Amino acid sequence: MGMTIAEKIIALAAGVPAAKAGEIHTVELDYLMSNDGTTHLTVGMYNELKHPRIADKKKLVWIVDHNVPCDSVKTAASQKKMRDFARANGITFYEGEGVCHQVMAEKYVAPGQLIFGADSHTCSYGALGAFGTGVGCTDYLYGMVTGTSWVLVPETLRFNLHGKLRDGVTARDLMLTIIGRISANGANYMAMEFGGAGLHSLTMSDRFSICNLAVEAGAKTALMEVDDATMAFLEEHGGRAPKACFAPDEDAEYAKVYDIDLGEIVPVVAKPHFVDNVCPVSELEEEVKINEAFLGSCNNGRLQELRLGAEIIKGKKVAPGVRFLVVPASRDVYRDALEEGILDTFMEAGAIVMNPNCSVCWGSCQGVIGEGEVLVSTGTRNFKGRAGHKDSFVYLASAATVTASAIAGKIVTADEL
Amino acid sequence: MAMGKVYKFHSDVDTDQIIASQYLLFPSIDEMKEHAFESLDSDFAKSVQPGDFVVAAENFGCGSSREQAPSVLKALGVKAVFAKSFARIFYRNAINIGFPAIVCKELYDSVETGDEISLDLSEGVVTAGGKSFSCTKLPEHLQRILDQGGLIASLDE
Repeated sequence: MGMTIAEKIIALAAGVPAAKAGEIHTVELDYLMSNDGTTHLTVGMYNELKHPRIADKKKLVWIVDHNVPCDSVKTAASQKKMRDFARANGITFYEGEGVCHQVMAEKYVAPGQLIFGADSHTCSYGALGAFGTGVGCTDYLYGMVTGTSWVLVPETLRFNLHGKLRDGVTARDLMLTIIGRISANGANYMAMEFGGAGLHSLTMSDRFSICNLAVEAGAKTALMEVDDATMAFLEEHGGRAPKACFAPDEDAEYAKVYDIDLGEIVPVVAKPHFVDNVCPVSELEEEVKINEAFLGSCNNGRLQELRLGAEIIKGKKVAPGVRFLVVPASRDVYRDALEEGILDTFMEAGAIVMNPNCSVCWGSCQGVIGEGEVLVSTGTRNFKGRAGHKDSFVYLASAATVTASAIAGKIVTADEL
Repeated sequence: MAMGKVYKFHSDVDTDQIIASQYLLFPSIDEMKEHAFESLDSDFAKSVQPGDFVVAAENFGCGSSREQAPSVLKALGVKAVFAKSFARIFYRNAINIGFPAIVCKELYDSVETGDEISLDLSEGVVTAGGKSFSCTKLPEHLQRILDQGGLIASLDE
């Protein structure tokens, strides 16, 4: 019986000829990424081990990205614990470089790798044909000490993409539509595998945006076939060599196969408070006035999305009373956007341009919203209280819709401006 | 047999509700635990007693990978969390820290917040209102981790 991409990557990491959904394998990990959301706890647990040791420090990448710059004395203490440990143990450490998944994509991830990240959106790495999955600090610590972990081989949902997205429709609209269709636990414990001719029409930025949200359907990981665009991305980012480039076997076994016509996708929003509460923007029952708009995050803060927003807002102004936060996903993105004049366009329009970090997407640092306020966001989640007060409201939408909404002061598509 | 009170929650309780982002960088789980379930039940952390249970419907613990979510519940003395289904990262994290996350399809519709229930963990049986319900058994590998008190115990051998 043939294998899916997930099965092939796990088999390679386990050093066995084949892996099958439902089996448990011990795997060698290629990288272990951790950020300031949990690393202070991991360090605390490490320090209590009877035999503390690090299997291979070259595999560890630590990134401060959630609260940058630091916002309180308590946060400072937790980040200091992480920073001091990294320095003392020679662990690769970044601060201010960008959101962890963007930094990993720019500098480390290569096709065929198996990567644990202490962050649920580690599934983003599937855009590069790598198996990335989110873990907690205990799993992380175990991997840090042994270089290995156990993995339950997931079943796979296959998505065959056909055609092309229409103008004004983004990959984010596509993935939110898929999550709306299969629900917030529609891919629980499973891998989401994307392929088909339609995949080749999507840019790498589109692909990161799609894989990044797989966890919002409960998925363990997302995986995409490697093509010329993948190889060009690796070439542009330091010329990393793939570990292995996998396509699924023709007789691979899938839990379910979906065929998606990209041409049928329309601009959508995920309404409060669930990512699968999705409807076309045109079908919102009533006018949704906004207090804040956010363009950024590991999902949608790359140059492509910033360009898209800048094209829409050029020569226009942010609506009175609306805060529009623009947050490039990494230092490299920030610099490129600066050079292209994109950041200037946003500032001219009245946006607040901020340093690369997770920002209001995780509701603990910049741009937190107050009671009863409404945020339209390119972030990852719209859970109750996700962006601040427990009685506030987050709508997820594309970079185009978010920017258009910042101009209109209410949720609209770019076409409606 | 452990007896305890039920705190019942709906489907799709995400980890932001269990412990909100703004508390995650607090220095310790003990400081975070006072804020467990704050957005859904602001009295939860004050009223929950060691030995009590959380009972939820589908997809409990969806969202982020924050291990703080099962950790704050364990630190408050919650004996176990029952759900019709769990989101996978929460489930794995719970077992990894030696905190029983138990799949029980039938329990949810038979209990309300405040009911007393009892759990026989070794037998995998929960009793509520005179009725007994069998819980789904853990795969052997996970049961071993839970039995030894969590994944880290194996590193200390």
